[in-house]
Amino acid sequence: MSSALLHAREVGLAIDDTVLLESVSLSLAAGEIVTLIGPNGAGKTTLVRVLLGLLRPGRGEVWRAPGMRVGYMPQRLPVEDTLPLSVARFVALAGRYSGIQVQAALAEAGAGHLPDRPLQRISGGEFQRVLLARALLRRPQLLVLDEPAQAVDVNGQYEFYDLIQRLRRERGCGVLLVSHDLHLVMAHTDRVLCLNRHVCCEGAPREVSDHPAYRQLLGREGSRHLAVYPHHHDHHHDLHGQVVGHRHG
Amino acid sequence: MDEFLIRAVAGGLGVALIAGPLGCFLVWRRMAYFGDTLAHSGLLGVAGGVILGVAPGAAVVVCCLLLALLLVGLEGQRWLARDTLLGILSHSTLSLGLVALALVETVRVDLVSYLFGDILALGWREVAWIWAGAVLALGLLVWLWRGLLAITVDEDLARVEGVAVARVRLAFMLLVALVIGAAMKVVGILLITSLMIIPAATARRFSATPEAMAWLAAGLGALAVLAGVGMSLMLDTPTGPSIVVMAALGFSLGGLFSLPGLSRR
Repeated sequence: MSSALLHAREVGLAIDDTVLLESVSLSLAAGEIVTLIGPNGAGKTTLVRVLLGLLRPGRGEVWRAPGMRVGYMPQRLPVEDTLPLSVARFVALAGRYSGIQVQAALAEAGAGHLPDRPLQRISGGEFQRVLLARALLRRPQLLVLDEPAQAVDVNGQYEFYDLIQRLRRERGCGVLLVSHDLHLVMAHTDRVLCLNRHVCCEGAPREVSDHPAYRQLLGREGSRHLAVYPHHHDHHHDLHGQVVGHRHG
Repeated sequence: MDEFLIRAVAGGLGVALIAGPLGCFLVWRRMAYFGDTLAHSGLLGVAGGVILGVAPGAAVVVCCLLLALLLVGLEGQRWLARDTLLGILSHSTLSLGLVALALVETVRVDLVSYLFGDILALGWREVAWIWAGAVLALGLLVWLWRGLLAITVDEDLARVEGVAVARVRLAFMLLVALVIGAAMKVVGILLITSLMIIPAATARRFSATPEAMAWLAAGLGALAVLAGVGMSLMLDTPTGPSIVVMAALGFSLGGLFSLPGLSRR
């Protein structure tokens, strides 16, 4: 379970004179869900891009397990209206996969009813599931999700995070999750890194939510979520036994 | 039918075959102006070819490629918007080509044929070169297809999924340069991009997959070539522009046919 997938050591990045990341260290093992949390502009997406090898860090080192298959769900993915692309074709762009594999990935992500729809004609929530299907098609050892639930209402978000947790359990893949809302992901993550260009604090979700640096960074909003959190936590667990009942929360 | 007509149609069809599918990528990637800029720099290539005694077609391909590389190199800069940079390079290379050709007085160059094409003057040798270039480019395009489509949708995602993004992009630019070199004699460097963009844009309304759109664009381009050559014969109009006019007519008709009801599903 504890085989390392990803390791970043004192990663720093500055563009022109603007510091985007400062001495960020992070590691992630198989079967682990790590959440990056922080306000807008904290460098979460930048860090993800560095970790994925899409951006070269100015300082520090990033190590990725050799040959690791990564499933990546970017924050935004605008698709040109001029490109006639069905959902299934879009998912199949991930590599050389059969139609059966594509359909299985779509079904697993809860988008099994969409394959023939034009990509530009589905809702934000559906698109999110399609993106997840494309990431899953690669049988990823590491799943990287950048603000995955933006386009979805709160119930949809809980449902989505439940799905991620189930995938982690079934497949034993590592998950790196980006969010600006600890409250939402709290019940679904093992470890939280609070980022504001540097790592303010890290630890188990409850430790981080109690940490002064976190409270200061996310201010009153953070405290509000903290106050609301136990309610949702209990709620979620109560209904979890009743399968999908948590929708009514 | 006169033999020069057969040569003209053969050359034009060769160009249309590859210009349509490649044009789809210019449309999808919002690179119409990029294509225009490369084409305009072709005149500088012609001048270079004349000065160095190299075949103009080959010189154009090389010149377009060099400019494409320069544009890739300038991609990281942020002091000028991309379209401004393209505008600067587009018109300065075109003017530089015109000036250079004027300075080389010893060689008489038919400027108009380079700018607007001279399809009726195609020799069999040139037709053979066009088809060689078109078939080579088409083969490359088929080979690159999936990777190119993947980076067209999203470069980051493609890179994470193992596509060699930089290599695919470079190959794509090579393709555009090849097509510009092959198409110069047919519609001229000022009109080349229209033969790539217009059939692709027309095909969009009637296509449900990228492949269908590419083949349809090739077919529509071929129709425009046939109709344009015909129009040129009947009305004694310049052939290159006639082909483009026919392509534009096709686009307008396509727009009419796909009025509400028939449009995208």
